[in-house]
Amino acid sequence: MTASSTLAPLRRGRRTRLLWLLGCLALLAALALASVALGSRQVGLEDILSPLRGMPEGFDQAAVAKRMPRTVLALVGGAGLGISGCIMQGVTRNPLADPGILGVNTGATLAVVIAMAVLGLGNGSGDARTMVWVAIAGAGATAVGVYVIGSLGQGGATPLKLALAGAATSAALGSLVTAVVLPRGDIAESARSWQIGGVGGATWATLHQIWPFLLVGLVLALVTARGLDSLALGDEVAAGLGEHVLATRLLAALGAVLLCGAVTAACGPIGFVGLVVPHACRLLVGVGHRPLMVFSGVVGACLLLASDVLGRLIARPEELDVGIVTALLGAPFFIAIVRRQKVKAL
Amino acid sequence: MSAQPSSATPPSTLERVRTERRRRRVRRTVTVLVLVVLIAAGFYASLAIGHRVYSAGEIWRVVRGQQVPGASFTVGTLRLPRAVLAVLVGCCFGLGGVTFQTMLRNPLASPDIIGISAGASAAAVVAIVLLGLSGPAVSVIAILAGLAVALAIYLLSYRKGVAGTRLILVGIGVAAMLDSVTSYVLSRAAQWDLQEAMRWLTGSLNGAAWGDVRPVLVALLVGGPLLLAASRDLTVSQLGDDSAAALGVRVQRLRLVVVIAAVGLVAFATAATGPIAFVAFLAGPIAARIVGPGASLLVPSALVGALLVVVSDLVGQWAIGTRFPVGVVTGVLGAPYLIYLVVRTQRSGGSL
Repeated sequence: MTASSTLAPLRRGRRTRLLWLLGCLALLAALALASVALGSRQVGLEDILSPLRGMPEGFDQAAVAKRMPRTVLALVGGAGLGISGCIMQGVTRNPLADPGILGVNTGATLAVVIAMAVLGLGNGSGDARTMVWVAIAGAGATAVGVYVIGSLGQGGATPLKLALAGAATSAALGSLVTAVVLPRGDIAESARSWQIGGVGGATWATLHQIWPFLLVGLVLALVTARGLDSLALGDEVAAGLGEHVLATRLLAALGAVLLCGAVTAACGPIGFVGLVVPHACRLLVGVGHRPLMVFSGVVGACLLLASDVLGRLIARPEELDVGIVTALLGAPFFIAIVRRQKVKAL
Repeated sequence: MSAQPSSATPPSTLERVRTERRRRRVRRTVTVLVLVVLIAAGFYASLAIGHRVYSAGEIWRVVRGQQVPGASFTVGTLRLPRAVLAVLVGCCFGLGGVTFQTMLRNPLASPDIIGISAGASAAAVVAIVLLGLSGPAVSVIAILAGLAVALAIYLLSYRKGVAGTRLILVGIGVAAMLDSVTSYVLSRAAQWDLQEAMRWLTGSLNGAAWGDVRPVLVALLVGGPLLLAASRDLTVSQLGDDSAAALGVRVQRLRLVVVIAAVGLVAFATAATGPIAFVAFLAGPIAARIVGPGASLLVPSALVGALLVVVSDLVGQWAIGTRFPVGVVTGVLGAPYLIYLVVRTQRSGGSL
């Protein structure tokens, strides 16, 4: 009797969660459609559908064919960043964790830029897969470095320390990127696209190169979701519940790095998606990591798609890179979280 | 500051305090003198060194205004304004930086970390690229933007009082937004060469002329004395707002004056050379290390800032194969120090 009455709200919670998920998916579909249809040239529904059936004819179909991979990349990239941010916030138990704020994106950029300048990668199409590996290696090294810097000293890795360590590392790596790029006029153009994130240059080949990494990252994320729930209770309690604290943490972090490294390899550094999305989703579905990850993926995809469409519409006939739009949208959110936090003096 | 309770103090302690104070004063004077000598040496080097090296006699004659074939143009028109501007903006960034760090009692709270330089730079870029302005108008817009950003950060981090850490984090967020504005405007002006873009992203002395020097000099002549006059109160205010008020400092007024002066210095310097990375941030802590505790850091920090810019510009131009703008050199030098400082502050929880 009492059991059923305590379970009832849980069941109701599951139903509202499902409704929310359906709503978000519907939004995602609408945004994907808008992303294909809107831009410097508007196209109608029949033009969108016709290239799916056959070869593109005319300008409108060509525009659609160009926008298809871009839309898919924004969708996949947003989902990857959202889930990656969700994991990072879980692993570090830090509400300010985000691939951009922790400097992980900049690390990936630096690794890629060095590979371009020193090893001469990035010209042949065969190098693209190598580039993804390089980006992921850079992201991983930076994530470890920032975490070590942030957790030195008393009290371990508090949110503020990590955010500061991330900002510092990001600034450091950013000037190194400049120092590497500047004397090399030949790579400056391709390096610029690495300094501002965007999905404009997407092709199906780009997606083809990153999907295995995203898949592995996603699997790791879902496998470790339960473990992250235990970790949220504190390391001792988690260990008491039979969790392998270190293993869970490492696996989850690996998943996060794979996801955001692969996305950065394809789109360049895109900040604030991984920060904003999990927070918004927590308001919808609570703190359990498995539903949170699903929602973070869907909402992240929505956010990046919406930012991309917005960037195309605001600056018509030119485009605003999506990395700039997310920074403009996301930074106020970051400030709001900082304001809500109870800060301790550093 | 007489923190010693006089009645309970044994004479030996008094004696110790006295000798200690004298030692500090000597150390500070020696440091300042050494810094001035070093800056003079760097200044001379940046006038003399180049594709053609000029002798001291030739340089002296150019500086006195005589016509020397070749040297008059190379030294007088190209190198002299550049070296003077380097010293001036270095002083401005150093003063502005240490003022913020002292007032907010946190070495991370320098104008280039919390987005004030980013605001001035974004405004300057918008004014030049989108509005087509030039000259003093750019400086004015830059300082207005700098003040607006400072006010915005203060208000955004105000929540039952301003906590230093919250202000820094809010500033980092604001800086991220403003940097993306700068990148966007620069990416629209795609025909610009990379060097010109670098000026507004990391700061550069390339193409410095006397027209750039004048507004910075005026800013330094107005803002510098204002800050120096407030330096005593500023040191006292490090004890905390309440203690400072009890010791007779008008905290609110001090803050207003000091913020306007410091933002003015940083914004004018930024309008001339772009936000030279990390100079404002580095000057104060370095000065604190070499001067030692207890003394006012304003003058040493200004000198350290000037030395940093002059030496980094020399290094960027001649030490490495390619010519780097000064901001890249200070950025690469400053970034590891920033990380070190984050680590160290966490260990000790200390101030500058």
